[in-house]
Amino acid sequence: MSAMESHAVPYVEAQQAHASELPAAGVAALDRSRLEALEILGERGLPSQHDEDWKYTSIKPITRSRFSPAVSGVDCSEHFIAASAIDNLDAWQLVFADGFHLPHRSKTDGLPEGVQVTGLAEALTQDPAPIVDRLGFAMGEMPHGFSAMNSAFVGDGALVEVDPGVQLDKPIELLFVSGCSGEGFLSLPRNLVILGDGSEASIIERHISFGAERSLSNSLTEIILGKSATLNYCCAQDQAERTFHVGGLFCRLAQSAKFKATTITMGRSWVRNDARINLDAEGAHANLDGAYLAFGRCHVDNHTHISHNAPECTSRECYKGVLGDRGHAVFHGRIVVQPHAQKTDSEQSNQNLLLSADAQIDTKPQLEIYADDVKCAHGATVGQLDEAALFYLVSRGVDRETARRMLTQAFAAEILETVTPSALQNYLASRVLSQLSPAVPPEAVA
Amino acid sequence: MLDIKNLKVTVDGKAILNGLNLNVGPGEVHAIMGPNGSGKSTLANVIAGRDGYEVTNGSVTFMGNDLLSMAPEDRAREGVFLAFQYPVEIPGVANIALLKEGLNAARRHRGETELDALDFLKLVREKLKLVEMKEEFLYRSVNEGFSGGEKKRNEIFQMAMLEPSLAVLDETDSGLDIDALKTVAGGVNALRSEDRSIILVTHYQRLLDYIVPDRVHVLAGGRILRSGDKQLALDLEERGYGWIDTVAA
Ligand SMILES: Nc1ncnc2c1ncn2[C@@H]1O[C@H](COP(=O)(O)OP(=O)(O)O)[C@@H](O)[C@H]1O
Ligand SMILES: [Mg+2]
Repeated sequence: MSAMESHAVPYVEAQQAHASELPAAGVAALDRSRLEALEILGERGLPSQHDEDWKYTSIKPITRSRFSPAVSGVDCSEHFIAASAIDNLDAWQLVFADGFHLPHRSKTDGLPEGVQVTGLAEALTQDPAPIVDRLGFAMGEMPHGFSAMNSAFVGDGALVEVDPGVQLDKPIELLFVSGCSGEGFLSLPRNLVILGDGSEASIIERHISFGAERSLSNSLTEIILGKSATLNYCCAQDQAERTFHVGGLFCRLAQSAKFKATTITMGRSWVRNDARINLDAEGAHANLDGAYLAFGRCHVDNHTHISHNAPECTSRECYKGVLGDRGHAVFHGRIVVQPHAQKTDSEQSNQNLLLSADAQIDTKPQLEIYADDVKCAHGATVGQLDEAALFYLVSRGVDRETARRMLTQAFAAEILETVTPSALQNYLASRVLSQLSPAVPPEAVA
Repeated sequence: MLDIKNLKVTVDGKAILNGLNLNVGPGEVHAIMGPNGSGKSTLANVIAGRDGYEVTNGSVTFMGNDLLSMAPEDRAREGVFLAFQYPVEIPGVANIALLKEGLNAARRHRGETELDALDFLKLVREKLKLVEMKEEFLYRSVNEGFSGGEKKRNEIFQMAMLEPSLAVLDETDSGLDIDALKTVAGGVNALRSEDRSIILVTHYQRLLDYIVPDRVHVLAGGRILRSGDKQLALDLEERGYGWIDTVAA
């Protein structure tokens, strides 16, 4: 047995031990899909650096010790949730402790007709068939062992379903708190978002840590957008140093659907994100943006994959990273234009600001074009703070420290400024600023 | 106000200023003229404290203090201001954020309280008028997408906000059409006062029709070759810099 396979063994065994207790166990189709995922996990194991997509990301920090799947019944204090709230954000909210929905902490009053916002386990227990049908659809082929693990345990998480034509006037916040069970637990939330034709919604997915406990959060979100549906989605990852986060974002877009996703990675944790967007029908548009901070010794890896599967779709992707100390970030962005996807219009960029000589970025933008009538552009940059701009600020009396912070913040602002609603944007900007304050060192200039 | 003695400066090992002497008294306006590449911007940058200029000899005294030993931000807070020849664009940093930070840093430095939002805005509006700038420029990123003239106006606007004791204006007139030139000159004239000295770096006499200097100096070969009153600028206009070389030689 290889190391990759052996690392998966404790999780395979844990699933086998608990399979009968998972939500809606006994529903044949669900049991079958869990078992299939379990087989994939067993066969492929957890990823290693021999795997091309994991070349720059070692999972050693995770495999050093094993994590036990958290069990339902865990709670998170009202006080903690209130203290972590986003100021002035008017939103419906589902709260999760180690991946389990806490109905008594959630706020879904006043949701309009035709909108379901609930825990996935609850929905699976009530009426599994329509959910089971759609689980795994947006993801398609599982990218790696972690997504197989999530699928083998699939149980709780969020279900958001918006009927055709319904437009939500407030965002829905999905708040995931990890580390609630104590030291060494694994959470496996699975979120399913389905927007009917012509519907509109905003979703905020936020991941935070309860304390300093070592925990692994393996979270997977699947999104299915109907014709002309519009989703404004923001994922805010703001976890503590000993939280390991593997995030999956999978979205399929029907004709003329619009998806705007922004992933902001702050915090001090080890993070690996996989995003896969499938533009399945004409006129679909995806905007996939991200900003990441990598300070201290933290590691942030973003793998994105946008597939143009139909003609006349557009995609815009921009990821910006700020790295300091001994931070390490990885960006691998793939754009694939399938043979019949003529008139594709796609732009991708990855820009990085390196504030320390010990920080490291591995960036790889990648275009694969199999159609001939397309407009595609991509590029990556790595740079330091602009000395001329810095002197300009300082010559106006601004101290060097503040000047560096202003320029660094300005760099990230390009992404943050596209985030709505403004309460969320302000929150993210202040979180980013607070992380930058002590972290921009004096030698940060080229 | 400013006393420069025997200043020698090299850039990348190349001598640019070769023993420059200049004394600017309080309330005086001095023009420094000279051919391209003669070291005018070098002098301006050395006064402001930019990196990359090595002072190998001489001294610069500002209001009795050794200017060269001060960090650039402290020079600014003590009242030194440089209007850049080429103001840099800074995407993502709003003009107003820079002004607030700079102004309050100077106030803290002087032991004063920071301006509250209302007083700040009042001051800003008053100074905008001086250079005929629209309020929307406050909220735009510093110089980003500004036309050449707008950039120069923004420099004078910042000067008006920071109320320096010594302002060095590095070719603030170049690239301005006649109307913009009059506006900028009007702004500068409004800021002339007994306790504010101004150094105008230019190579056109034109600006000096609008801002009349007390002294005119010709900088060439890294030295002040000749000084005089405003008549010197007119002579230069007529005879060119070659005339200075021959007279000096
Ligand atoms: N940062 C620099 N690096 C190299 N050479 C420089 C630099 N700044 C100025 N110089 C050189 O110093 C000389 C004087 O330049 P400058 O002070 O800009 O002149 P002026 O402003 O009078 O046109 C020129 O020969 C110029 O090429
Ligand atoms: Mg010059």
